[in-house]
Amino acid sequence: MKNTKFVSVHQKLNAKLVDFAGFNMPVQYNSIIAEHMAVRNSIGVFDVSHMGEIRIKGSKALDFVQHITINDASKLFNGRVQYSAMCYPDGGIVDDLLVYKIADDEYFLVVNASNLEKDFNWMNSNNKFDVEIINESDDYSLLAIQGPNSKEVVQALCDKNIDLEYYHFFFANFAGVDALISRTGYTGELGYEVYLKVDEKTAIEIWDKLFDAGKKFNIQPIGLGARDSLRLEMGYCLYGNDIDQTTNPLEAGLGWITKLNKDDFIGKESIQKVKENGLKRKLIALVSNEKAFPRHGYSVCDNNKNIIGTVTSGTSSPVLNKPIAMAYVDINFAKPGSQINFLIRDKIIPAGITSLPFVKK
Amino acid sequence: MNVPNNLKYTKDHEWLKVEGNTGFVGITDFAQSELGDIVFVDIAADVNEISAGNSFGTIEAVKTVSELFAPCDGKVLEINPKLQDEPQLINSDAYGDGWILKIEIANSAQVNELLSDEDYSKLIS
Repeated sequence: MKNTKFVSVHQKLNAKLVDFAGFNMPVQYNSIIAEHMAVRNSIGVFDVSHMGEIRIKGSKALDFVQHITINDASKLFNGRVQYSAMCYPDGGIVDDLLVYKIADDEYFLVVNASNLEKDFNWMNSNNKFDVEIINESDDYSLLAIQGPNSKEVVQALCDKNIDLEYYHFFFANFAGVDALISRTGYTGELGYEVYLKVDEKTAIEIWDKLFDAGKKFNIQPIGLGARDSLRLEMGYCLYGNDIDQTTNPLEAGLGWITKLNKDDFIGKESIQKVKENGLKRKLIALVSNEKAFPRHGYSVCDNNKNIIGTVTSGTSSPVLNKPIAMAYVDINFAKPGSQINFLIRDKIIPAGITSLPFVKK
Repeated sequence: MNVPNNLKYTKDHEWLKVEGNTGFVGITDFAQSELGDIVFVDIAADVNEISAGNSFGTIEAVKTVSELFAPCDGKVLEINPKLQDEPQLINSDAYGDGWILKIEIANSAQVNELLSDEDYSKLIS
């Protein structure tokens, strides 16, 4: 199992460490709910160094990125980030990712740790543009600093004015080292992600400086457990839960990143057909007033216990204090505002179809 | 881990406190710590009896769900009413305010077969 550069910090903090995508990762330090609320109300820090980083270089770098992703990367300029996805020819999703434009001939792709090898192979097998595809994942540490007080804390350690717009980035000195800093995150809060190429000793020094700078806001380390509940409150998809090779971006609610009017890209024809024929099922948002909450894989049913769909992500929302879930359901039952049910331990638990995000910002 | 010596334990991490014929049932400090934040205790409101080793409900933590097993046969006298709105009492006070069931013990021979604090401490070490 791999360790991030921060593993000794996690151990010292008594984090519960689990194997996640081959990495020894903190799932919680003390309480998932307390960590969740720290990010919503003040500031929290996630070690997400397990994420994969792949650099694309070459005169046809844009052509390559356009070919393998579904969003329109030609809209990017240097310093701009885009949420996107890669699809198979049948429209199934290879992975979702962030695309950073570094220069006309250079893009930086950030992918899910669990998909890194698959993505890297996929990119190489579709490299008809003779670009360089460089897996730099082992070189990078990544800290996500998230919450309403994140700006002030990041600013205290950064030599540049941190007035970044959402999904923009720059290179700056952060806590004494060169870093790529983007205003991105997976929480729905104001937040930043800081990419660092440092050794273990320097990584730990940066962590300590960050926690010193955030002391007055009671800055907290946040594990993967709260990362999951935070993203679910916002309705952000998680690969392996809500999207995978069997789901297409339209039924997953990712039509907004699917640019069918751009030139040919892998999966375009199939997705076009899905659009023409209409969706058969759809990823919907469900909220309930009961206490029992569903988890990944639980069924969704009508009032007669006929199965009409499957929960992809579910939890008890720490902010709403109610069960929330995302589920694929038969399109005939997917009407906003209508009542359907979770099937939990063979009991019918009523839930209503609502709109995302669950927690309005 | 806190393992009080005045309680009996199951290998499934429930505790039983005996007061004459009456018993209180909960989950151990070790169990709550392993489960993490508890958000729901699901016990059928009409449950009248429990029988040793059988499930009488489920306990939901943020990351996982776990069955609750009866330490002995008994008649259910009360389900801790506070847990409906404050399931986190199990995290904060597993042996006190976080009790789950109050029962009338039907078979005291079964109680003697439960684990002592020493045996339970060995189990979780």
